[in-house]
Amino acid sequence: MSQITTQEYWRWPEYRYTVPEKDWHNAKILTAGIDIGSVGSKAAVMLDGELYAYAVIRTGGVSEETAIKVTKWALEGTDLEIEKIHQVVGTGYGRVNVPFANRTITEIACHARGAHYVYGPTVRTVLDIGGQDCKAIRCDERGKVLSFLMNDKCAAGTGRGLEVFADLVGIPIQDLGKVSLQVEKEPQPVSNTCVVFAKAEALALLRQGWSKEKVAAAYHAAMADRITDLLTRVGVSKDFVITGGVSKNDGIVQRLSRLLNVKPLSPKIDPILAGAIGAALFAKALQEKHLGLR
Amino acid sequence: MKAHYGYKDGSGDYFIVIDSDKCDGCGECINACPNGVLELILDEFDIEGGTMVAVKDEHRKKIKYSCAPCKPVSGERKIPCVLSCRTNAITHSW
Repeated sequence: MSQITTQEYWRWPEYRYTVPEKDWHNAKILTAGIDIGSVGSKAAVMLDGELYAYAVIRTGGVSEETAIKVTKWALEGTDLEIEKIHQVVGTGYGRVNVPFANRTITEIACHARGAHYVYGPTVRTVLDIGGQDCKAIRCDERGKVLSFLMNDKCAAGTGRGLEVFADLVGIPIQDLGKVSLQVEKEPQPVSNTCVVFAKAEALALLRQGWSKEKVAAAYHAAMADRITDLLTRVGVSKDFVITGGVSKNDGIVQRLSRLLNVKPLSPKIDPILAGAIGAALFAKALQEKHLGLR
Repeated sequence: MKAHYGYKDGSGDYFIVIDSDKCDGCGECINACPNGVLELILDEFDIEGGTMVAVKDEHRKKIKYSCAPCKPVSGERKIPCVLSCRTNAITHSW
């Protein structure tokens, strides 16, 4: 029997990183934030509130295993072990399934706190576009949530929708945003809001002879429209930032800044980590409370 | 903090907005709701947090239908949860 192996265009790379020239042996407070998302899982290890190591992997079928795997991978190459970390906070969809977490905190609070670390304390509006939902969060100068709205009823306008689309047109998901910007004139957005129907509509457009770039532009425009709709309810105030996996997609970011008339800040650290970093910062606050420092 | 529970779909905006700064966690709205939509939760947004009212997980994606019995299409609207709240912490978007 012969088999055809096709490239999986939706498959995004998993990665890890250790900040060089940092030694955990000198740190007083070791904390970790584990963000088990619906599509991706992130772990951030922090020393006294400074990022030390992180890892990003795809969420597997068993959240407990994913949580252990992502944390172990983040610690790979360092001689730090999970047991030596003082406080672990779990967040994200699978937050209750992190077996070694001391506490769980909702991802909304973690994203606001994490966005402050990643982008700086001037952040007031955080838009988190994740794998299966989209959250709009307003926060104050300390990273405390003032107002939030989450749309998780439908996967249109999220990372999962982009994965489906990448597979359809055969463009690697990392390049999808750039490709969608390679059009002279912005086409009419696809009209359907559901991922499955939007895919069908994109397919129909391809059959009509539209170029991949043009269909990608129409799909991205529809996503940006949907997200803008959501944001208007909580309002947008400066500084505006985008976190989560879709923040890496230039096609979405540029269209959103055009529609909302605000320019998102550029991140100092990978913004996909905002939730995990926020959780690790909450863990630090917990440990300080535990030690009687605050 | 203003928590928006609900969703937006092709037919409109369906959000119950709970202002956690106003909500004192008395639980009157939970007793008032004929459909059991609301519950008291631990404030997961702050490590210092107390309790606050939230929309139950199972109702968040069908709130339009869960709240329909209290929302007649004509006549005066008397939404029990909104009326029962002493601090005016609950508002409906539709």
